[in-house]
Amino acid sequence: MVQDKRWGSRLFDGINAALLLLVSTVAVIPFLYIIAASFTAREELLQKTFVLFPTKFSLEGYRYIFSNDLIVRSIGVSIYITVLGTLLNLLFTSTMAYALARRDLDGRKPIMLLILFTMLFSGGMIPTYLVIRDMGMLNSLWSLMIPVLISPFNLIVLRSFFQSLPGELEEAAKIDGCKDLGILFKIVLPLSMPAMATFALFYSVTHWNSYFQAVLYINDSKLWPVQVWLRQIVIVAEGGFGDAQYNDTNTAPPAQIVKMAVIVASTLPILVVYPFLQKHFAKGALLGSVKG
Amino acid sequence: MVVPGAHSLSGGGTAAAGSRPRPERLGRIIKNRWLYVLLLPGALYFALFKYWPMWGIVISFQNYQPFLGISGSEWVGFEHFRRFFTDDQFWTLLRNTSVLAVLNIVFFFPLPIVIALMLNELRSGLYKRFLQTLIYVPHFVSWVVVVGVVYIFFSTEEGIFNQLLAQLGFHKINFLLSKAWFPVMITAEVIWKETGWGTIIFLAALAAVDVSLYESARLDGAGRWRQMWHVTLPGIRGTIIILFILRLGQFLDTSFEQIFLMVNSANREVGDVYDTYVYMTGIRQGQFSYSAAVGLFKSVVGLVLVLLANKLAKKSGEEGVF
Repeated sequence: MVQDKRWGSRLFDGINAALLLLVSTVAVIPFLYIIAASFTAREELLQKTFVLFPTKFSLEGYRYIFSNDLIVRSIGVSIYITVLGTLLNLLFTSTMAYALARRDLDGRKPIMLLILFTMLFSGGMIPTYLVIRDMGMLNSLWSLMIPVLISPFNLIVLRSFFQSLPGELEEAAKIDGCKDLGILFKIVLPLSMPAMATFALFYSVTHWNSYFQAVLYINDSKLWPVQVWLRQIVIVAEGGFGDAQYNDTNTAPPAQIVKMAVIVASTLPILVVYPFLQKHFAKGALLGSVKG
Repeated sequence: MVVPGAHSLSGGGTAAAGSRPRPERLGRIIKNRWLYVLLLPGALYFALFKYWPMWGIVISFQNYQPFLGISGSEWVGFEHFRRFFTDDQFWTLLRNTSVLAVLNIVFFFPLPIVIALMLNELRSGLYKRFLQTLIYVPHFVSWVVVVGVVYIFFSTEEGIFNQLLAQLGFHKINFLLSKAWFPVMITAEVIWKETGWGTIIFLAALAAVDVSLYESARLDGAGRWRQMWHVTLPGIRGTIIILFILRLGQFLDTSFEQIFLMVNSANREVGDVYDTYVYMTGIRQGQFSYSAAVGLFKSVVGLVLVLLANKLAKKSGEEGVF
């Protein structure tokens, strides 16, 4: 765009840039506050309502939550389902997407329609719960990974991505004696790393944030992912649920600091991964949203 | 929800396959056997976890007893549906869902468009990327964290917001245990979490607007506002319409986790929606058949709404989703 030097246009730019800065500040300032406050000593937190740059540091919130075996365990559970679950997601999604991307696969059209239909209609919570129960997956971490192996949306996006790769590559590989499995794992997947990175982020965010499935399928508090503890500590301890299981002992640090420390501990892993993948996912999300 | 590549479904090269002689197809299937091996795990997944539950829907026409199973339970026809439609709860749920959906459409829906337009006007690409990185962040945290943050900021005793109100000499407001504030809080949370992320699709549409149109508008003496009004907005009109229609199609789909986390005994009357009701009656109280019937009602209405919305989108001259 050619620079517009009229003062009205410049004023427009200035106001626009300032407003957007305000908007993005609103988006992140709660996190900045919570991170800062979680490291702040309790005296300082009592004196000032809002702390962004603590002067007196304290780790007592973190010391408290990391001394709780169940919480530490739940972070382990979350890491486990995120890593293993995402690997399974990528494996299952890419193999199926690749098979469906090949035009010489008979029956792919009805299969695609069946997949599309699952995005419009589902058995619902209760029948799904009964299936999971009948398969014996209640109270098992598999119930958090297997029922969400393939996101139909991601599958369809990945399939159209595979279809956009030049077909000559596959032809050449076939002439060199490569089988279908070889073509997928040696040629197509290495070429699809940015797309795979995007889906890895989307899937892992879903696993890390997974909360309600655990509420549905897992009763054993030793198998709870970190989000369930987060709810116990931050929300239940506060409001009118009436089934609070979390007891503050006299030696515990102020509840507020503990809450913030749990929020940070349960959010940081995702926020750390995010900037590294951001470049890819913006492209990937576009791939998903406007193809046409 | 926009399904990409959906139109390529019909564009495949297998259209003629049906008319070919059988042996050729069989030969092709044998030749491609490894492709079917690749397809199998995924197909099995869809069969077991998507289609088997659909079969389970039959329990909403039964008095399902877990130890008798689907084959042994007594059939009762539409009794559960009759009970649900004559229950006061049905209207409460419909009202609560409608209120939240309307607030969502009026207050949340336009915001990503506005922010995308503003981002699009930025001159510096670097500044734009920096702001985008920031505004996407809330999308990536869980609803538990969002609601947790809201509790930290808005609780009556310790919440910063109420402390500020008290310092300024106002009464404290019980944001979290109030019926009046519930829909406001829900809508505000959605706005905070998803506005930034929602800009992506509009930014993509904006990137496709023909740059030469701006040049000629400028030559015609159009200022920034007029350019936005006469070039930019018409350029993304199609995207806006299609997303709006699809949003209408998802009318019953309140974000369940969020509401589940925000509902408590003080605001349940205005907070309960179909999904939370299914959870309470089904999983908590064990009325499997009744709650499955409620769930089926929701699924069927949802399906009809989405299909209608799609039809509407096509009718308004857009491509539609499928």
